[in-house]
This record gives sequence, structure tokens and C-alpha cells, in this order.
Amino acid sequence: MEEKQDILQIIKGRFESEIILTDGSGDIPSVTVKSNSLFAIIEFLKNDPATGYNFLTDICGIHYPENELPLGVIYHMHNLGENRRIRIKTYVPLSNPEVASVTPLFSSANWMERETYDFYGIIFKGHPNLKRILNVEYLDFFPMRKEYPLEDPTREDKDNRYFGR
Amino acid sequence: METRKTPYNIAEPPDGYSSPGMFATRLDKVVGLARSNSIWPLPFATSCCGIEFMATMGANYDLGRFGSERLSFSPRQADLLMVMGTIAKKMGPIVHQIYEQMAEPRWVIAVGACAASGGIFDTYSVLQGIDRVVPVDVYVPGCPPRPEQIIDGFMLIQSLVANEPIRRRYSPEYRELLERYGIR
Repeated sequence: MEEKQDILQIIKGRFESEIILTDGSGDIPSVTVKSNSLFAIIEFLKNDPATGYNFLTDICGIHYPENELPLGVIYHMHNLGENRRIRIKTYVPLSNPEVASVTPLFSSANWMERETYDFYGIIFKGHPNLKRILNVEYLDFFPMRKEYPLEDPTREDKDNRYFGR
Repeated sequence: METRKTPYNIAEPPDGYSSPGMFATRLDKVVGLARSNSIWPLPFATSCCGIEFMATMGANYDLGRFGSERLSFSPRQADLLMVMGTIAKKMGPIVHQIYEQMAEPRWVIAVGACAASGGIFDTYSVLQGIDRVVPVDVYVPGCPPRPEQIIDGFMLIQSLVANEPIRRRYSPEYRELLERYGIR
């Protein structure tokens, strides 16, 4: 517990004005940051010897339609030497969903950012090859956003009467 | 004509006229007999139905009894495309291309709910049945179907092969069918 608070204090001390929220109560410490300073914070967490989060475990997106900044990107980082983890969240508006790419720091971010773009339409500025990775190229929407019907709308053989609707 | 008794299960001769040293029947019957007992399947297995197919090929069920122990992993030498498993929309053009690469005459069997209709995956990323990209001859329901069901579907294919008119593949109806799927 103390260790988590220490890490959060280090980040707060370094990026006081860029931190929106910190949470040390969960399984791993969690920091919500402003999207324009995300790259600097991840760079700091990777390179600073006091933090040393040298492995990017995961990048994923999230959509909270009711929030002011509805689209989120969540980064999970891991300090492999001391087996400590941290979660970084940042939120962007639907109209301009842009976040700096962390591919200069972690090559593994390349595909994870493409996947996040593929499903949530988040633009990672500076990404070398930001195009769809899992879905078909001609898909003209971002399927994991909570704006689209889950069922295939192109299907004409499904009669609602047979499905109790 | 007295038929020779063998311990092996050999194919039944078609209807025809026989006398010592000769046998006369229709050419399409002979061609159908030969084809239906030597179908080379191309397994296109993408998920759990493919595992059931592996059991079908194994010793317990033994698809080799039907003359199909020789799987063809090249579409050029395959007679029967067996699509087993979920086909994502991204995989659709690949199924189409493999079908195009097969030489005539060719048959298709859609094994399992996913290949036949999309199955439980009623979603944006999954093709709702492979009959949207290639013409299908036999659908095998099940999620996944048991090897017995796959064999049943295979035997239906065999009867289609055995009874196919020899000029079917040249008919305007068949051409129209292929055209509908954008197959040259």
C-alpha cells in the first residue's frame, strides 16, 4: 500500500498540473492524466530510475458515452525488475480523439495502438502505420463505440418473430 | 451375372445390362460412381468444427471408408471444399478465392452452425453463412456437429456427386449461379 502511494507521490511531484486523478486503492495504482501530456508521463515512467516501468503490457480503449470526454485510452505498464504495475488513463473528446503515439518509446505499442484505433477510432499522432488491423479494411465505423447495434444490420434472414422480440 | 463375394465392401454397380464379358450402362452413372467414391476433400477448418473433422478423419470414424482418406491441402487437386468453423468477414474473400482455385467439378459442404449461418456470432465481424461468398451444396447443422453428422453430410455429397448429370456444369443455370457469386 505504501509503495503504491510512493509511486503516486513521485508522479504527482513531477507532473502536478497534468494529473487529473490518482487512485491507490485498487489492485494496482491508477493515474488519470491530461491527454496532451500523456507521452511525457509515459516517457518519465519508463526512463526514471525511481519508477522504471520498462514494459508496456497493454493499451486499450474505452467509451463512456455520458462523459464530457467520452473516449478513453488506458495504458498498463509493468516494472519487470521489481514486479510493480501501474495503470495510466487519459480521456479525449469524440470530436477530436487524438493522443500522442508511444511507439517511439515502445515498439510493442504499434499493433496495440492500431487495434485501439480499429475498434474506437482513437487517432495516435505519430504512429508509423495507423490503419485497421483486425477488422475488414472497408468497415466504415468503429465497432466498439457504444453507438452501433451489436447485431449485424446487413442481415435480412433474421425474423424478430422467431427471437421473441 | 453371378457376383463374386469378397470380404471387402466394394461399390455397387449402377443399373445396366450385363452378359458374360460385357456390361452396359450410362456414362454419367460410371463417372458418378468413380467420382463419388474418390472425393478428395480440402479441409478449411477454422475452429471447433475442425476438431470434430479431425475425429471424423481418425480411426474411430474413418472417412477413408468413403474413399476420402486423401485430404488435399491444395485447392487445385480438391473436389470438395469442407468449410468448418466461423468465417470472419475478413476471411470471406479467402474462401471465395480458394473456391475459384478449385477445378470443376467442385462441391462445397458447410459444416456447423457458423459456416452455415454465422451461428451464435450475429455480429459485425462474422460472415453470416459462407453461402454469401460461395455456392454451398450441403449444410451440416450442429455446434459443433458430431462426426456422425459430418459423415451424414458427406454421404449426401456422395449421392449428389453420383447422381449429377454429366452436362450440369455446362448448363446456363449453373453459369448463372456462379455469376451471382462473381466466380468466373
